[in-house]
Amino acid sequence: MIKKSLLIIIILFSFPLKSLALIEIDITRGNLNPLPLAVSSLASTEDDKKNLKKKLKINDLGLEISKIVENNLKKSGLFNPLDKEAFLQKPDIAHLKPRFEDWALIKAQALITGKVKLQDDKLRVEFRLWDVLAAKEILALAFTTVPKNWRRVGHIISDKVYERLTGEKGYFDTRIIYVSEEGPKTQRIKKLAIMDQDGFNTKYLTLGNELVLTPRFNPTNQMVTYLSYFKNLPRVYLLDIETGIQEVVGDFAGMTFAPRFSPDGKKIIMSFAKDGNSDIYTMDLESRIVEKITNHPSIDTSPSYSPDGKYIAFNSDRSGYQQIYIMESNGKNVKRISFGNGLYGTPVWSPRGDLIAFTKLHKGKFYIGVMRIDGKGERLLTENFYQEAPSWSPNGRVLIFYRETKTDSKGEGFSAKLWSIDLTGYNERLVETETDASDPSWSSLLSN
Amino acid sequence: MNLGKIYKNIFLIIFLGFVLSACATQTAKKIDSQIQGDVYMGTDTVEYLADGVPDRVFFATNESVLTTASRETLRKQASWLRKNSEITIVLEGHADERGTREYNLALGERRANAAKDYLMTYGISSSRISVISYGKERPVDSGSNPLAWSKNRRSVTVKAN
Repeated sequence: MIKKSLLIIIILFSFPLKSLALIEIDITRGNLNPLPLAVSSLASTEDDKKNLKKKLKINDLGLEISKIVENNLKKSGLFNPLDKEAFLQKPDIAHLKPRFEDWALIKAQALITGKVKLQDDKLRVEFRLWDVLAAKEILALAFTTVPKNWRRVGHIISDKVYERLTGEKGYFDTRIIYVSEEGPKTQRIKKLAIMDQDGFNTKYLTLGNELVLTPRFNPTNQMVTYLSYFKNLPRVYLLDIETGIQEVVGDFAGMTFAPRFSPDGKKIIMSFAKDGNSDIYTMDLESRIVEKITNHPSIDTSPSYSPDGKYIAFNSDRSGYQQIYIMESNGKNVKRISFGNGLYGTPVWSPRGDLIAFTKLHKGKFYIGVMRIDGKGERLLTENFYQEAPSWSPNGRVLIFYRETKTDSKGEGFSAKLWSIDLTGYNERLVETETDASDPSWSSLLSN
Repeated sequence: MNLGKIYKNIFLIIFLGFVLSACATQTAKKIDSQIQGDVYMGTDTVEYLADGVPDRVFFATNESVLTTASRETLRKQASWLRKNSEITIVLEGHADERGTREYNLALGERRANAAKDYLMTYGISSSRISVISYGKERPVDSGSNPLAWSKNRRSVTVKAN
């Protein structure tokens, strides 16, 4: 099912020379002046509208796709999509040749136009990005895909626009895997769930019969590793979300937990707890060879590889309290990097390799923060009663994590929710989920 | 304002101070009697494996060291297990909600093993004991306060057969 959905064909039908665009977005700090832009509804002929409605039960698919683009760009905090009510030009005409004065009049600096139709039972979508002030086209693309992938078309357009205007890859055509939570705090029912980055298309991957925790994506494909209490034996599992087939990872005589993939997707790194001691191990998924990476009587857990696979960050209480360490991928040269006040855990290496995101506990408050890989330049992005487990967007610009609320004197009022925040510390947002949610993991880009 | 009135005001303030601090000590005492050195000492959540044999021991924050009271409980469990040699047990280790999920899984495992090691020194064979950690996944008290957290930092001995 996912394989099919990856069959989106992208055709560059005009190839403008880069540069020269007047639009520039500063993404290095909190953007307090998001770029005003207009996302015109994608035009279709009356016949196409009728056919698309028959096929997808959606009245105006072009409008719905444009709303996905608006929503994505708005949530990035870098763009301010303008109200469609103010648009003066009709979508079909604007797509052919915008009247730039009209768009400048409503203060749009960029304009997105497009066309959608049904062609041989496939959805054909094209769009153009225009620089209003320079009065020129700066990007044009067309896609063909199966009609039920129409939401992904909106995400891919968002990614292309984001990339063209910021110079960085987007993160919209992605998914989040997380743990869905229901029921009382003392007896939570937990299921693996997956959804599009914008909260749509939620699917539940387990039934809730056993406790499941900490799902993580393979960065190279749609495999997932997670912890399951199947048969009351907490072990690391591997799940193929295309086929639903799952298997236990390795043959350990005790609890394995805190799994993550290596950047090439070929190994799983995790902790194995035995006789009161947790050490870090890897298992090669093909050869099944298991290697012990740390060997210390303290708790060593939450390992995460650097994007080049050469280093591992993890947390350990070998100093007496939970702190962050890095080491070479063979376990040599262990070096503590967190030296601030408080406890540090859940290090996750950024996709760009220069930063480590973490959870910090200090004076009864929990923080999500980032530090450089030498431990310097610590920046705390958000403070709360309880929050942990940051996961990076594939472009390294946004972190998603979960937050729990305090219960009152009767033990009520508990909730667990997903939140996202920009690396800048701005643009904190609730990520809507159907149920309570925790342990989010962000996929890599599905296309390209 | 004459001197008498000032004295009267001071007296009133001192008196109020007494009332307030008396209230504070009373609640503090109530919690104090249940938590000693960060370890839960009460019996609210405790169940019994047999008459006079409590099923659980409690820990200080981030600790897996057995307190004097915990060791006494475990000696009672060991003596009960020696008398009932057909019984096998699971030690369930738990942590409070004030720690990261993965670290707490490791901590729960460490706590259950501290209890296991002690039972073994009192003659219980390791073949009769299995260990599981639930980390912070199964609190007994859903509160978000120090007393609730102290009840949740525990290792519970459960009959397996």
